Amino acid sequence: MTDATEMTLEEREATLGGIGCARKRKEDIRFIQGKGNYVDDIELPGQVFGDFVRSPYAHARVKSIDTAAAKAVPGVLAVLTAEDLKPLNLHWMPTLAGDTQAVLADQKVHFQNQEVAFVIGEDRYAVSDGIQAVEVDYEDLPVLVDPKQALAEDAPVLREDVEDKDNVGQGVRKHPNHIFAWEAGDRDETDKAFAGAAVTVKEEIFYQRVHPCPLEPCGCVASMDPVRGELTLYGTFQAPHVVRTVVSLIAGLPEHKIRVIAPDIGGGFGNKVGAYPGYVCATVGTIVLGRPVKWVEGRIDNLSTTAFARDYHMTGELAADSNGRIAAIRVHVLADHGAFNAHAQPSKWPAGLFSIVTGSYDIPSAHIAVDGVYTNKAPGGVAYRCSFRVTEASYLIERMIDVLAQKVGLDKAEVRLRNFVTPEQFPYTSCLDWEYDSGDYHTALNKVLEAVDYQGLLAEQAEKRKRGELMGIGLATFTEIVGAGPSRNCDILGIGMFDSCEIRIHPTGSAIARLGTKSQGQGHETTYAQILATELGIPSDDITVEEGDTDTAPYGLGTYGSRSTPVAGAAAAQAARKIKAKAQKIAAHMLEVGEKDLEWEVDRFKVKGLPEKTATMKEIAFAAYQNLPEGLEPGLEAVNYYDPPNFTYPFGAYLCVVDVDRLTGEVKVRRFYALDDCGTRINPMVIEGQVHGGLTEAFAIAMGQELTFDETGNIQGASFMDYFLPTAVETPVWETDFTVTPSPHHPIGAKGVGESPNVGGVSAFSNAVVDAFAHLGVSHMPMPHTPWRVWKQCQALGIGE
Amino acid sequence: MIPGAFEYHRPASVDEAIALLSRHGDEGRVIAGGHSLVPMMKLRLAEPGHLIDLQGLDSLRGIQQAGRCIEIGAMTTQQEVAASELLAEVCPILREAALLIADPQVRYCGTLGGNVANGDPGNDMPAVMQCLDASFVLRGPKGEREVPARNFYEAAYFTARAEDELLTAVSLPIPPAGHGYAYEKLKRKVGDYATAAAAVVLIMNGGTCESASIALTNVGQTPLFAEAAGQTLVGTKVDEAAVAMAVEAAKGIAEPVADMRGPEEYRTHVTGVMVRRAVERALARAQA
Ligand SMILES: Cc1cc2nc3c(=O)[nH]c(=O)nc-3n(C[C@H](O)[C@H](O)[C@H](O)COP(=O)(O)OP(=O)(O)OC[C@H]3O[C@@H](n4cnc5c(N)ncnc54)[C@H](O)[C@@H]3O)c2cc1C
Repeated sequence: MTDATEMTLEEREATLGGIGCARKRKEDIRFIQGKGNYVDDIELPGQVFGDFVRSPYAHARVKSIDTAAAKAVPGVLAVLTAEDLKPLNLHWMPTLAGDTQAVLADQKVHFQNQEVAFVIGEDRYAVSDGIQAVEVDYEDLPVLVDPKQALAEDAPVLREDVEDKDNVGQGVRKHPNHIFAWEAGDRDETDKAFAGAAVTVKEEIFYQRVHPCPLEPCGCVASMDPVRGELTLYGTFQAPHVVRTVVSLIAGLPEHKIRVIAPDIGGGFGNKVGAYPGYVCATVGTIVLGRPVKWVEGRIDNLSTTAFARDYHMTGELAADSNGRIAAIRVHVLADHGAFNAHAQPSKWPAGLFSIVTGSYDIPSAHIAVDGVYTNKAPGGVAYRCSFRVTEASYLIERMIDVLAQKVGLDKAEVRLRNFVTPEQFPYTSCLDWEYDSGDYHTALNKVLEAVDYQGLLAEQAEKRKRGELMGIGLATFTEIVGAGPSRNCDILGIGMFDSCEIRIHPTGSAIARLGTKSQGQGHETTYAQILATELGIPSDDITVEEGDTDTAPYGLGTYGSRSTPVAGAAAAQAARKIKAKAQKIAAHMLEVGEKDLEWEVDRFKVKGLPEKTATMKEIAFAAYQNLPEGLEPGLEAVNYYDPPNFTYPFGAYLCVVDVDRLTGEVKVRRFYALDDCGTRINPMVIEGQVHGGLTEAFAIAMGQELTFDETGNIQGASFMDYFLPTAVETPVWETDFTVTPSPHHPIGAKGVGESPNVGGVSAFSNAVVDAFAHLGVSHMPMPHTPWRVWKQCQALGIGE
Repeated sequence: MIPGAFEYHRPASVDEAIALLSRHGDEGRVIAGGHSLVPMMKLRLAEPGHLIDLQGLDSLRGIQQAGRCIEIGAMTTQQEVAASELLAEVCPILREAALLIADPQVRYCGTLGGNVANGDPGNDMPAVMQCLDASFVLRGPKGEREVPARNFYEAAYFTARAEDELLTAVSLPIPPAGHGYAYEKLKRKVGDYATAAAAVVLIMNGGTCESASIALTNVGQTPLFAEAAGQTLVGTKVDEAAVAMAVEAAKGIAEPVADMRGPEEYRTHVTGVMVRRAVERALARAQA
């Protein structure tokens, strides 16, 4: 066949818009025109609205609930309480962590704003009036907000419903308020290393309770078709297929009668992984009323009840020789899980992937122990823009290595360079048994130090210190572990954490691909299309990417933990390769040569040695529907379920420079330089966007985000009056850079990137703030570094006036 | 976050507005820009039965100079205050303070009248008005009266305005040419109420302070006119010793509550820092 176009090879490549090109995002055409379709945009015929009566108390017995007045409010259709859900056995629901959570308070409330009753009405106004009219009689009980106190011998028992159980899903309990104990590493060897070490350091490091706070809160529309017996559930789901399975298991509906649709999602960051009482109540509501029921939470509901993140009380210790070479790490964590153990982690990992705590460093021995504890706070413990508990682990090691540097009197960059895993050691197996796929930490850090003139910064800092000014330089050289994950060690509810892609090529050479993940703003419609463009030789503009509808998309575990590119992106490449293999057969038939006589070039097969004899993918697509070799079935489709052989290990080196106003405690970020290595770069612009977003959230966490509680369990700061969401005015300017160390086991060498900047960013900010005080003997300061906390440090040092 | 039910009224004249206020007593509430009232209604902290919208009252808008006085209509938006060239020339602290209120979206809706009538100690304009010795013009069924800003605030959300009175304008004496001024506000982010803020107007003569006026935002139940703090500067060169005394005097009257912005001790401390910075900046701007 002859080439119809006169394009050069480069032009053909550019036309594809494939891997490596910074093409604009396909989805933005609708988003910037306000034409996205979010859950709250959904209006079904006959739709009604539901919302919760919430508890003002953090711990109380529910003595009675009087719904009569509420039911009399015009427009109110139904009021559900635990008593109404009991016959359906839906007053409690299983959590992803093996515990149970009250859907509506059953005899007791365990945290402020807990769901007590669900009012359904014709519109939001009627529902709000109805909520006000529900009368609940509470008897308040002693409240526990401190996990240490929760484990005291005479502490009140929070979860009477599981008081007698010695296991609530994740291991043995040692106290009625204890959830699990989990350990990793070698205790004896670690103890030995500590006993013989020239230097040891120890620090109490609290990573405060924060909230992912997506701009769009959680919500759903549940619609039961009573004739067909089919339930459609639209919702803000990061993992729609998992939701379908969970709904089937807990509501007892056959899975094929349930269709879960996640429309456009306005940010998730882990908040939209779990199942919430609103989903259950809306589903019960539609079954009872035969009308679609919408539930969309408000901002305060979102911040105070749907899944929080972190809340890790960590004690970190390092043992080292006098040269700063680390011999061992020891960590204990008291993990505050709130009232129900509803964190979202792979089932076998009650502390997620916290054992990545050795970070980028070659540490011979380690021992970590984590105790999960119940308190009178909202449940959660999700990974807020990081892989499972990785940001906590990374924060710990990145803080501790600074503490060590200070103790041995070494520069913080130098101590890192001395401890890094070296490029020759990859694939590197850490003492806690993770096999790091690839990395080059020295190159990354050295590149950053050079770019910012690190020596110059140190000299400037020394000058400033002489004048009594506070300037801090923070480093973070983190390693993430993303792409959960290999089914041998990762599952959710017993389902392996593979992901999937199904591709159909249309006769005219365009295509549709469906995947088991779900974008919440990451740009999947663009980046998956780019992978497919390069693999298939079809322009990314001619490929529709669809996710989120369980009736059409292949089963997948969803998007969180930076798993989309490592897992579903790999599935996309593999499915494409199946198609290409079939295309080669068709091309051979079309060109009347043997398959082996063909070679691939950008968008076509060529006959070796006869460059003018080619079949483009577009031509092959058409042939697939009419001109096939004997015995080959028509069509050009493939599906791949990809069970990754390993996680991927993106890494980076960040440097942050701050100036501190010692009179107000304000911290000004003067410079932030972020170098990321996420392996093969699919779309540099999308990566940069992800890095900017992740750094901004890291800045928010380090400098202001926190959910605190007073002694009676009242949540503090759970609205935008206080919860710190930086605007463009507060956000520092980001300088980005990269190195490329491909993953050896991923089909296109890509790792994840969306969460790296959050993991590394928090440590870099925090290290910079502490460094501003390091010359005054300060080794740690609690996050978030709000002005008043920083000023307290100044005051303690006598420099605050 | 859904307000309760209410009746909506849109009077065409000030008299009609006052008549509606009188008729509905404590059930009636005027709405200006709505940027303090609506959030409270959504939280059902305010549940007015009758909402009287002032948006139709053009006579309450505008900024005028009358001799040595400036009169600003209650419905003038914060944006209009910030944009006014007249104010920038004769009383520039108003622009400086207005630009520290919230963000442009809020300032385009929020009014000066609403900001001073609201009675929330977090509002910025009340302290500025106290600093400038402005008066609020109130009109009710019994006629019109003027209440000095320094006497207007009684407690959080309680002011000298009677339930059936409308705030129609703010009237302020034009400070002498060459006066120094500054509004210093410490906040956590754009759109935040002050952790502490200080308004300062200084009049210098031959290097000596002839008059000084200082007022504080959000460090008490009401805005605080720091009279004694101002007095310590009068007759001095506004040197370090005098400033230190003024700072201490201002801190002495501050009674902030602990909140997410910080504990009392911190907020009192930064009140002092804001006063010091405002005085220093005002001094630098004053013509000796
Ligand atoms: C996100 C956000 C951030 C903000 N940040 C700041 C800030 O930093 N600093 C600051 O000062 N303010 C801030 N505000 C408040 C804002 O300035 C409001 O606009 C202002 O407080 C009230 O003015 P309004 O015209 O919106 O009044 P409304 O909200 O309509 O009314 C407020 C109150 O005053 C009463 N009222 C209004 N006008 C009159 C009148 N003419 N006569 C009698 N009573 C009247 C109303 O009945 C009501 O009780 C913020 C608001 C928001 C939403």
